[in-house]
Amino acid sequence: MAKPKVAFYWCASCGGCEETIVDLAEDVLKVVEAVDIVLWPVALDYKLEHVKAWQPGEVTVAFINGTVRLSEQLEWVRLLREKCPFVIAFGSCAHLGGIPGLANATSRAEIFANKYHRSPTIDNPQKAVPLISSSVDGHHLDLPEFFKDAKPLDQVIPVDYYLPGCPPPPENVAAAFTAILENKLPPKCSVIGVDKALCESCPRNETKPDDFTITRFKRVATSTPDPEKCFLAEGFLCMGPATRGGCGERCIKGNMPCRGCFGPTPDTLDAGLKMISAIASHGEADTEEAAKAFADSLVDPLGTLYRFSLPASMLRRRAMAGAEQ
Amino acid sequence: MIQLTIDGKKVSVEPGQTVLDAAREGNIPIPTLCSHESLIPYGACRLCIVEVRHRNKTRLLASCTLPAAEGMEVTTNSEKVIRTRRMLAELLLARCPESKAIRNIAAQLGVEKTRFGKPHLKDNSAIVGTDGCILCGMCVRVCNDILKIGALGFEGRGASRRVVTPFEKPSEVCLSCGACSFVCPTGAIEHHRIRLHKPEPIPAEFEYGMVNRKPINIPFPQAVPRVPVIDPDTCMNFRTGGCKICEDNCGVHAIDHAQQEKIEQVEVGAIIVATGFELFDSRKLGRYGYGKLDNVLHALEFERMSHASGPTGGKILTKNGQPPKAVAILHCIGSRDENTNEYCSRVCCMYSLKFAHLVKEKTNAEVYNLYIDMRAFGKGYEEFYKRILGEGVHFIRGKCAEVTSAARTPEEKGKLIVVAEDTLLGMTRRLPVDMVILSAGLIPGKDSDKLGRILGISCSQGGFFLEKHPKLAPVDAINDGIFFAGACQGPKDIPDAVAQGAAAAAGALSLIDKGKVVLEPITAEIDEKRCAGCQLCVANCPYGAIEYNKEKKISIVTEELCKGCGTCVAGCPSGAARQKNFEDVQILAEIEGILTAS
Amino acid sequence: MVDQQFEPKIVGFLCRWCSYTGADLAGTSRMQYPPNLAAIRVMCSGRVDPTFVVKALQDGADGVLIAGCHPGDCHYSEGNYKAMRRYPMLLNLLDQFGIDRRRVRLEWISASEGEMFARVVSEFTQQLKTLGPLRWPHTIEQFCSPA
Repeated sequence: MAKPKVAFYWCASCGGCEETIVDLAEDVLKVVEAVDIVLWPVALDYKLEHVKAWQPGEVTVAFINGTVRLSEQLEWVRLLREKCPFVIAFGSCAHLGGIPGLANATSRAEIFANKYHRSPTIDNPQKAVPLISSSVDGHHLDLPEFFKDAKPLDQVIPVDYYLPGCPPPPENVAAAFTAILENKLPPKCSVIGVDKALCESCPRNETKPDDFTITRFKRVATSTPDPEKCFLAEGFLCMGPATRGGCGERCIKGNMPCRGCFGPTPDTLDAGLKMISAIASHGEADTEEAAKAFADSLVDPLGTLYRFSLPASMLRRRAMAGAEQ
Repeated sequence: MIQLTIDGKKVSVEPGQTVLDAAREGNIPIPTLCSHESLIPYGACRLCIVEVRHRNKTRLLASCTLPAAEGMEVTTNSEKVIRTRRMLAELLLARCPESKAIRNIAAQLGVEKTRFGKPHLKDNSAIVGTDGCILCGMCVRVCNDILKIGALGFEGRGASRRVVTPFEKPSEVCLSCGACSFVCPTGAIEHHRIRLHKPEPIPAEFEYGMVNRKPINIPFPQAVPRVPVIDPDTCMNFRTGGCKICEDNCGVHAIDHAQQEKIEQVEVGAIIVATGFELFDSRKLGRYGYGKLDNVLHALEFERMSHASGPTGGKILTKNGQPPKAVAILHCIGSRDENTNEYCSRVCCMYSLKFAHLVKEKTNAEVYNLYIDMRAFGKGYEEFYKRILGEGVHFIRGKCAEVTSAARTPEEKGKLIVVAEDTLLGMTRRLPVDMVILSAGLIPGKDSDKLGRILGISCSQGGFFLEKHPKLAPVDAINDGIFFAGACQGPKDIPDAVAQGAAAAAGALSLIDKGKVVLEPITAEIDEKRCAGCQLCVANCPYGAIEYNKEKKISIVTEELCKGCGTCVAGCPSGAARQKNFEDVQILAEIEGILTAS
Repeated sequence: MVDQQFEPKIVGFLCRWCSYTGADLAGTSRMQYPPNLAAIRVMCSGRVDPTFVVKALQDGADGVLIAGCHPGDCHYSEGNYKAMRRYPMLLNLLDQFGIDRRRVRLEWISASEGEMFARVVSEFTQQLKTLGPLRWPHTIEQFCSPA
């Protein structure tokens, strides 16, 4: 029997997810033994025509990481969806939008202005920005379109499974491979992780007092958390209670509160809003003024609560005016 | 028990009692001047002497200081005793020839005149009367020993001995209780010479200060339970630690000054709130002169005055003790007025009609009712209104502008002038009257918001307690198990209050009868499969209904304790907590429904 | 410039003990107020999850009213304090999403304040008319065509 064929593709991403495959260490050999990797832009040469030439079903599974931001990425993921019976959203960016998804807090025009006009290393007196189509001296250049916002994978194509995490833990990747090879697949659209929140497996959960109040939020940038105690009880915003477990508590072990890369638990619509609801209840404020001061102590709520999930949140992006709308 | 014989009669008394006690026990009369049940016997007046047989001799001894002994033989009416008492009476009469009390007791002993001349006494007019003091010391003892004040004492010896205050000046420590003049057997104390501070009368609250009361009193004739209460602010015992004379006087020893206010916790399954109303304070409307002008009464003052058990025994009298010749009754004081209370107090029209009838019946005075609208809405009320119209009461449609004592014409002089616009005649009227009755409205109790907070019930506009539903549940509070009776829920007359009280009692009884409470099926629950045990909900619960189970590593709701507010559900960051019938999906579907429908 | 033609849609989350009863009182007292608010009864203002507020805005509401008992008067003793603490944090977040914070209001309306309820709804409706429609795109398709 021929080895199953596997494709990897990246959209707007940092390459950290690819690093996870490398982090499989010796196990990567087993993967290579078991499957044929036919597409891996980060490691192998490839052409669009090659993929277009695939027979449908010829390649079993496509692992796609990164946020969809360019028309080129859209074309690729649509093509892979067409060709592959299984598409796996690989990593937080494909799953929820990830760090590139934070760009939804600003507009395309702002991004271009920052990148091409305001950046101190750019000399751009004509105020040029990339155009989809341009002609210079009879030469024609087409560039992919930069979409108005960033989107997780399932907002553009149907996704079969999600491997969350920034990056996904190698154990989960290995488990996913095993499941595919042994044909022990979970129900469609499953997220490979735990259905309970991170607190369940958090080594610090037992240190959480029955009742605690937070006077002002602390930030890891300006104060150091106790290495043993529950972050929330100490006043650091930890997304653990609202975030799906199964990540191996990597951040917690590094004395960093959970930042929510595994996304919301299955029963919530929006982890950020849920977190406000949960944590505000513990604020020490009995007057409207005190409540405001308490709320103001949480710097950049959007960036903190939706660090990995802005495009997959209920509101998805900042409200825009005019053409950006 | 000790047995002794008095005048041949066998009497038994407790050990420690005196022969005088024994004689009183046996109904044998012994005259006394200086004996009082609260004071330790002192033997000052000697009038209580008796003849006591000792072996073959007899001796004359003061019975008030003589302890009763077993087998004692006492004679109270022997020749020797009577002769000696008469001598004593003559001597007392010589000292105090003008004293009525001394003359009375001397007369009882058959002494009309004294053979002795008046001794030369040091002038004592600064403290007690020049005549009458027999130096029995009861005033000194009551002030020192009983009331623990010590404003009085003896000074001098022999003929110079007298009762004085320190330095013969009005006493600063005197609390003006009046016990000295009360116990003085001869009425010799002139209290105003002793005290520095004037005694302040204690106004009887129930009679609105029209009469005064004592520190110990039954608050009002219909009080339940009908027992006296001690007012700790004025009772001497609470001020000096002494007195307790009432304790000695109570035959059944029911008085206990050491009693403290107690807060008792009672577990109940139903609560009936029947805290009633307060009368609108007419002082707030200064133009009607209440509190400034005499003979301007508010409704409850008049009610007491017209009552047979009231301060005037039911007579309607002005301040000078004369029945009024004309009376004005002003309706809607503090009701139907945007500046005070907007609502109608419902009862004032009818009680004003009753007052008009009473004034008419008892004094035949001219009665003027100044009203906005007559609201005679109850059963038989309109008929009563018609009857009062027939009695010749004047009805003037118009609200009173002011009540003044500034007369403009001779016939207004010395009268209260009620100024009002008669809107039916279209003219201003000045009515000279002798008495003005303000038909003040009903307002909620001043701490009803505090009580509401304790019970978790709210107040409606105007401040009366809010019922569950104005039409369908006018007796129930919003909270299950709490019922309203009477004016605490809104102004109402007696039939309405009785009806509501009966309904409230029935509502409470039905709960007691069932013996159990049905919880609303809106409690929270936590999905074991979803709960990560983050414990954020535990402190969210104001009822302590959520507990973290360390073994299962999840939080668990105790359903019986859960009141179903849903705060924990909103605050559950992982969506493991749910509220029955208020599930997230239900509310989200409601939102969708609302927004797609419109 | 106020567009009087525009009729804002308001979703109201009213606590069952105070504000819903207050709204009821406004009704039984025949008070006039704009019909723009559709009420959702919750047991306590503490039950109002910010998710509900955002859901309403996302689904087409132009404004959201959260109303509960006055502080200190909560039927459940402190549920309204929870709402009071969540509210400014939600507003800070909405700021970052570019949603005018005046579109979400938290009011304390007791059961006796029917008049206040009517006034709040009238004022809020007028304010939303000034702010104009929110028109938050609530499906992915509406949000932006992929291309």
